[in-house]
Parts: sequence; C-alpha cells; structure tokens
Amino acid sequence: MSGTKKETGFSFTIDGVEVTAYAGQTIMEAADEAGVYIPRLCDHEGLRHQGSCRVCTVKAGGRSVAACTQPAAPGQAVENETAHLNKMRRDLVEMLFHEGNHLCPICEASGNCELQAMAYRLDMTEATKFPYLEPCRALDASHPDIALDTNRCISCGRCIRASQDVDGKGIFGYVGRGIHRRVAVNGENLADTNADSGDHAMSSEVCPVGCIIRKRVGFATPIGEREFDKGLIGHEIEEKRK
Amino acid sequence: MGNGHAINHDAAAPTCEFTPIPEGDIAAICATFGNDKHRMLDILREVQDRYHCISPSTLDRVASHTDLTRIEVEGVASFYSFLSLVPKGKVTIRLCDDIVDRFCNLEEVTAVFEEVLGISIGQTTADGAFSLEYTPCIGMCDQAPAAMVNDVLLTSLTPETARRAAEALKEGQSPETLVSDRFDDLTPHEQALRMVDNNVRHAGEVLLGPVPEDAGLNNAVGMTSSQIITAVEESGLRGCGGAGFTTGRKWRFAASERAEKHFVICNADEGEPGTFKDRVLLTERPHLLVEGMTIAARAVGAQQGIIYLRGEYVYLRPLLLQVLEERRRRGLLGEAILGVRGFDFDIRVQMGAGAYICGEEGALISSCEGLPGEPKTRPPFPVNRGYLGYPTVVNNVETFCHAARILDKGASWFHDMGTEGSHGTKLFSICGDCLNPGIYELPYGHSVWEVLEMVGGQDAAAVQVGGPSGMMIARDSFHRKLTFDDLATGGAIIIFNGDRNILEIVEYYMSFFVHESCGYCTPCRLGNVFLQKAIQKFRKGLANPEDIDYLKELSGTIIETSRCGLGMTSPNPILSTLQNFPLVYSAVSKPSKDGIRDTFDIQSAIDGARKIAKRRSYIFDKDFTQ
Amino acid sequence: MSDALPKARIATASLAGCFGCHMAILDIDERLIELMKLVDVDRSPLTDKKRFTQRCDIGIIEGGCCNEENVHVLHDFRRNCDVLIALGQCAIMGGLPAMRNAIMHSDAPLRECLDEAYITGKYIRNTTHNVPNDPALPLLLDEVYPCSQVVEIDYQIPGCAPSGDIIFDTLSKLLTGKFRGFEREIIKFD
Repeated sequence: MSGTKKETGFSFTIDGVEVTAYAGQTIMEAADEAGVYIPRLCDHEGLRHQGSCRVCTVKAGGRSVAACTQPAAPGQAVENETAHLNKMRRDLVEMLFHEGNHLCPICEASGNCELQAMAYRLDMTEATKFPYLEPCRALDASHPDIALDTNRCISCGRCIRASQDVDGKGIFGYVGRGIHRRVAVNGENLADTNADSGDHAMSSEVCPVGCIIRKRVGFATPIGEREFDKGLIGHEIEEKRK
Repeated sequence: MGNGHAINHDAAAPTCEFTPIPEGDIAAICATFGNDKHRMLDILREVQDRYHCISPSTLDRVASHTDLTRIEVEGVASFYSFLSLVPKGKVTIRLCDDIVDRFCNLEEVTAVFEEVLGISIGQTTADGAFSLEYTPCIGMCDQAPAAMVNDVLLTSLTPETARRAAEALKEGQSPETLVSDRFDDLTPHEQALRMVDNNVRHAGEVLLGPVPEDAGLNNAVGMTSSQIITAVEESGLRGCGGAGFTTGRKWRFAASERAEKHFVICNADEGEPGTFKDRVLLTERPHLLVEGMTIAARAVGAQQGIIYLRGEYVYLRPLLLQVLEERRRRGLLGEAILGVRGFDFDIRVQMGAGAYICGEEGALISSCEGLPGEPKTRPPFPVNRGYLGYPTVVNNVETFCHAARILDKGASWFHDMGTEGSHGTKLFSICGDCLNPGIYELPYGHSVWEVLEMVGGQDAAAVQVGGPSGMMIARDSFHRKLTFDDLATGGAIIIFNGDRNILEIVEYYMSFFVHESCGYCTPCRLGNVFLQKAIQKFRKGLANPEDIDYLKELSGTIIETSRCGLGMTSPNPILSTLQNFPLVYSAVSKPSKDGIRDTFDIQSAIDGARKIAKRRSYIFDKDFTQ
Repeated sequence: MSDALPKARIATASLAGCFGCHMAILDIDERLIELMKLVDVDRSPLTDKKRFTQRCDIGIIEGGCCNEENVHVLHDFRRNCDVLIALGQCAIMGGLPAMRNAIMHSDAPLRECLDEAYITGKYIRNTTHNVPNDPALPLLLDEVYPCSQVVEIDYQIPGCAPSGDIIFDTLSKLLTGKFRGFEREIIKFD
C-alpha cells in the first residue's frame, strides 16, 4: 500500500527515466504514478501486494526483486524493459499457461484476459519447451449467479484479497502445498458460501482470467471491442507519460 | 485433484470412514491452546494424533473456536504432510524415502511392510489400523533405512528387523514396545538413544568435547547487551544452518529495534536431506542450546523464545520438555534468571508437521504463528518485524550452542579456530558410501579429500556438499575446502561411489524440491516440476542436446525470480551436475534427425490404441504383414 | 516482387483441427493474388495434391497430432520442407482436441474417452453400441500433441483462426526474408 505522502519525495531511475517516489512506496507504485508500466499479474489496484506471480521481477541495485513488494530506494537504478527480464517474465507467463487448461478460443475472458494479454505483450509466440501439465480440475457451477472454472485459475489470489479486505467476507483461500496449491472456497462449494455477484471479488476486473464467471453475461462484447483488442496491457499506465 | 507430480505416491482413496468426534473434544483441544489461532498447528497436530484425521466438520468446529474461517483452517491443515484431511491409520508408518535409504535396501524393507500389513505405500488398512507412507529425509541417513512409527523411530532397518516390527505391530503391540518393553520407565534421553544412535565419530573442542554447565550464561548475566553482542561479533560466528549470516550482526539489528517485545527462535527444523547434526546436539547438548538461547534473549531483550522442532524429531520432544522444566526449576529459565531482576525468559517447543520449507526463516515464523509455512515478504526482515510483528532473532541449533561456548571461552578463542572468514568448528553430518557415517566436529578449512580419508570414503566418485540445495562435486574438486568462501555447507556431506547413477540422484533431489516447494510463487511451484520432468526425459533417453540448454535457462529463471531460498537453490542439483558431470547428460541425449524428434515416442503413443483396436499400425509397425 | 524471382513452393496440411485455419488463409482476400505471385502451391488440400511433387520451401501445418496418420504426415512435411510453420492454436498447443488430455484421468484414459464419445455419452445415438474400428481408421495417440513435440517447428502463427492479416503479413515477410517477429498488436490466441 502506498504510504502517506510526505512533502518531499526522492528520485530513482527506471531504465534511465527519472521517477519520483515517496517513503514507503514500492517500486511499482512509484512507476505506475510516473507512467512506467511494469508487467504484473497477481498485483491489482486497491489490493494488498502479494508478490507471488513474480512477473513484475525487476533488477534493483543488481538484484532481482518483485517490484510490487520492494520499497523504492533513493538513487537506485532499476532495470525493467530488458530482454533478459522479459525473457524470464515470458517463462513465468508460459508456466502459468501450462499449469492449468487455458483454451483461449473457447474462453469467455478471451480479449479481456490479463494472462493472455501479458503473453501478447511479452511475445509468447515461439514453440514451447515446457510440458503441459493438463490437470483434471473441477467446474463449480453451484451458485445461481457465479461459476468457477478452476481450469483457468492462475493462483494469483486477487479474489482472496478482494473478498477478505474489500468485501469483508473471506470467501476464497489457498489450500494445499507446492504444485497442489490452489484457490478454494470457504465451504463445500461456492453455493455453500455467502458469495454474491455484487461482491468486488466477483467482478471481472479482480479475476484476471476466466475463472470467476458471472453467469448469463458472457461473450457480451464483440471481438474488436474487448479490453485488449484496444491496446496492449499496460497502455493506460504508459499513456500517462505521453 | 492430484496430478501425481509429487514425490509421494498418490494416496489411495480412503478406505475407512471418518471417526465421529465427540462434540466437546474439539472444544477442549482448542481450549488447551487458549482458542488461539496462532496455535493452530498445535491444535491440528493434537486432533491428528488423537483422531488420525482432520475431517470437514472438524475444520468447521476448529474455525469457530479460534475465530477463523474454515478455509483458513483448511489452508493450514492441507499444507503440512503430517496432517491429513482423509482418515489415516491409528499407527502411521513413515518410511524414509531419501536417496541414501534407497541405496540402503529401502525397497526390500518397503516390500516387507507392504506384505505384512497387506497394503501398499500410500494406503490405509480397511480396519483403520495402519497407514504406510514414504516421507522425505527424516534425518537418519547415517543409520538408513529408517522409519517413523507414530512418534517412535526405527533405524538401521533390515528386511528381518522390519518384519519383526511389522508383525509385532500387527499383533497389536504399541510402537513404543518395539523399542523397549519398559519404554515408559526410561528417561527421555535413554528413550532417544534406544531409538537413534548419535554416531559421534569426532568430537571437537567447541561443541561435542567437554562442556561446563552454563559457564557462558554465568558470564553473560554480568554483561550488558552490547557487550554480549560485541563478543559474538568479534568471534566471527556465522549462522550454521546454511546461509551463514553473521550472528552478532543479526543480534545487533534485533536489539536496536525498539519494540514492546522481542523474540528468540531456535530453528531446529533440520530438513536438508543428509543433515542430522542438530539431532545430535538436541540429544547430547540440549542444555547448551537453551543456554545459548537464553544468552541471545539477554542480548536482544527477549522474554519469550520458541524452539521449532521438526515433526520428524518428535521423539526428542519429551527430552526437550524435560530440559526446559529442569532449567525452570533451577532458576535458569523463567523469571529473574540466576537471580537477576528483570532477566525473564521462557521457551515453548513448537512442533512442525512435515514441511522442509519451514526451515526457511520466514516460513518458520509463519508456522509458529499457526499459518501455512510460507516465507514472508522481505523487507521487513525478521530482526525488524518477525514473529507476530515483533523483532525476532532466528538462529540454528548449532549457532546458539556456539554462542554459549563463545560467552564462556571468549571471542578470540573461537576466532582463532578455522580459517580467515570461517571461524570456529562446524558439525558435519556425513553419510552415504563411506565406512564411518556420523557426526564429525571439525574446524573449518579441511579439504573434502581430508574428510573422505577420515570417514573412509576414499572411493567416492561424487560428493554432495550441503545437501541437495548445495553442490555435487566430482573427484577433480576434492581438493576444495569446506569454508564459507569455498564450499559452504550447513553440514551435510553425502558420499556416492562410482556405482551410483548420478541422474537417479538428481531426479530424486528434484522430486524432493517439487514435494517441498510451498507453491506460493510461480517459478518454484512450476519450474521445479518442469525441471523434474526434463530430468525424467534424460533418464528415459528421450532428451535432445538442446535440452541441456533448456535445463540451464529454466534453472536461471527459477533462481532469479523465486521468492525465497528454496527456489533460489533448488536447481543446484542440476546445475552442479551439468558443470561437474557433463558426460552424464551428453551420453544419454540424442539429436533430432532431419528435424524429427526422437524424443517423441510413437510406439508408446499408439500402444493403448493398438490394444483397444486389437490391430497393429499400418504405418509404424514395421513387421506389419497383410 | 519481380517476376524474375523464382517462386517459392509451399505445401499445407490439416491434421487434428477443424480446417478453419485453411479457411482463414482465404481471409487474406484480394492480397491472395499478390501472394500467389510469390508462391506455387504443392501438396495441399487447396490443390488436392496428396503427395509432394518436389521439395518445398515452406510447409504450413494446421492442427495438432491426435492419431498416427497425423504424425506420419507431419514427419513427411518435416522431411520435405525447409521451413515448417505451425498455423493456429491446434498446431501450436493442441487446441480444442487437446481438451481430451485433461479430462482423461482413469487407468485407461483412451478407452474412457472412446466409450464416452461412442457409447456412454449422454447425447450419443449410436445404435451399434460399438466404437468404430475399421482397419482404415488410423490408431489414436494416447494424447493430443502439439506439433512442436513431434518435429522441430520453425515458426508459429497464433490464432483460432489466425487473422488474414497475420497470415499474410508473416508469409509475405518470410518469403522476402524480412520476418523479424510479429507486431505485438496482431498477436491473438483466439
């Protein structure tokens, strides 16, 4: 969370661009304000920083750190848009594609999906070297208004934090360990919880992929008008600088 | 929803029902721990011990007593290997599945247990009496194969002793009677020694030689916080758990942090495969450990301490509890220690429950707080904001023991031992293909070769220094020295002779990391699975020369983007063998011909269909005649 | 685009896919005329040529490998083409046919799949209650494989189906030696 802004900030650089930060700000918070986009998936405006997807890895002072959790430091030279960092980020995004079952052609989030958009931004177009894990995962359609297709979940945990911190409900949580770690619901299924389609956690902006689906409203936006048909992910932040 | 990626062979569906738990019992267990959510691991361990399962209704009830949501309780219950959401047997037999055990006839021992109990690994008997499992290294590599039977340890198993044990258990004898008919009459120390040998092969000057009682603590009470810390700083003592951070500096950071409370935690979660030195210190020098923690408490101003004991060492808990009680009686713990007003400090033992990651500082603190053992975001560092948000010093067992000795004998005494940059002695736990596996306390600076001569491991072809997260070196590196600056190690030295298959070892170590990754961050959760699968390709002869570059690149991404030390070191078995045993990889990889991948095995891909269709392939079966 | 330049030979094949990517080639619209000035089409469903008449410069593959015949064709293309392009999501990552990989987790996954498709499925009207097993039917693979797991793939053109723009752009640049990766704005996985 951004700290209370003090009168005077300090400056540091991202890829040579001078950026102003205030005490307590993370590298990403300062970058966002300055119109420098650092790719991210698990981080979302208004939610606690988690630092789990690692897509926002930058080099600060020669060390690789997660920009969403690393405090900005005066005078530091941060590297962001380098071929090396983007290659690692592409690896991470590709890993997430291979962890679940991501069939863009039939997914209603396609075009609005941050995972997909991140793959576009990071040029994920070469033949993959990673194996597909193709897990057998459940579809939870128990709730009258919301369905969960966990095939598409990337364990970013944004729904967990939104439900806990914004909605005050705690509908989601992590269970399991390692490769078996996944987001689960607080009960036998979603209908067993007090989930409501009006919850912030259920809004399409919180789930970056097509896992949390609001029933009966899918495929409403025609191809060409969807969020990432209009521009690369991050363009809104980058436009601040122009 | 298991994909079968993990090391543990997928558990079979539960064959027995959830035991109904009387309404008041869960409430009573929660009440024992003050209905405190931070004691969740203790609560769930207690439920598991008594009812052998944490059922859905238990999750609900524990949640309501501790003011948590069910999913939060489930998050903890599903994280630790020793907790189970499905019913387990009254007796759970956990065979240690480390690579050293595998090389010591584990397979035959397993077969005996499976035969006598009538179940396979991963299963529970229909009557709910027994569960049989594999578990990663339980810290008994010098007496492998070993097993845990509930809280009892069996070591140096042979098919014969395994059969006797399994049959006795099947006849209804308690696990304790496998150790002694009068188990309860033995002191905790005697019980521990009946189960596990210390195998101290070389006692050094600092820890395993003669140690006067509380001499360090007696000196420390007369010193100021700053004087104690200065002494530890000047000794050059560095953390003995593997990372090697300067101990004095850590204490000074914590001491200078102004806070309502400070904490001192001992990391006795010795999980690195092949490491068992802390086990011997906990058995033979428990007073020295508590003395060291008490000194640290005086130095940083802590009033509460925790010993985080790995679940696999549960057999040492009675001994530790007895030592703590004795010290309270003697005025060495509790209020006004040694009569000094205001010097108050006490310690509780926190049991782990089967999670290697809890050896990581932040994860260990999370675990102490009753959370899943996930590392914490740094900064803040534990010395600034650790356990429950208070400044916390976390040190290894051996580090605390050293600190106590330094306060007794002085900083320069310790500083003069070892080498420049690596002062004092170090406990090495040495196992594998050698004549005298066990514990060696040696000053820093010996070469690997010297150590091999000491232990009778001269025909070593490969030595794993520092466990899987360390390095595997070949004979051309045996001149290198065991110091922080050359070959750093938390103590594990595993010796492999020329008969061992390097790729088998590497695959085992990768499966270990896959099993033990907490799963919090993407690169460690997935990257290690991909590395393991790639090594399997090499072992099956299905790898390309390009796959060697793939291994290196993927390892690089995992190391650079992982959130904690596990992912930053987990590719080491691969990287160090690629560097030191390159032929092992190139010998089994084959290039594609005309761009066609040999690595795609058409014969196995069509085999299922051949059987279903009951005909052979026109295209790929060469002897097809029709 | 001088007429003096020797034309490149291309070949195409449709493996486990819906033929949509081949239809998408027609989305190039009038630019097809421009493209045809650069190429001759050899083996392809578009020409109905079943065999290679000579070595080709570029092979374009639609669809992944779900049966032995797909593997055979893909091998043939790799042997006979200098550059091999995977066109569309099925060729790239298995696509919709690969959904079977994730739903088959019994001990006999292929049997489970065939039974569901021909016998036990809720909406099946198969009066014979048999799984088709004509000797002319190629044997199914245990799972659906992306092309890059079977042969080396030089380029992948994403999309389901790829847009006429990305196909034209990529092919014309490859043919003139100007391909340097995709414009990010035209990369789409749907």
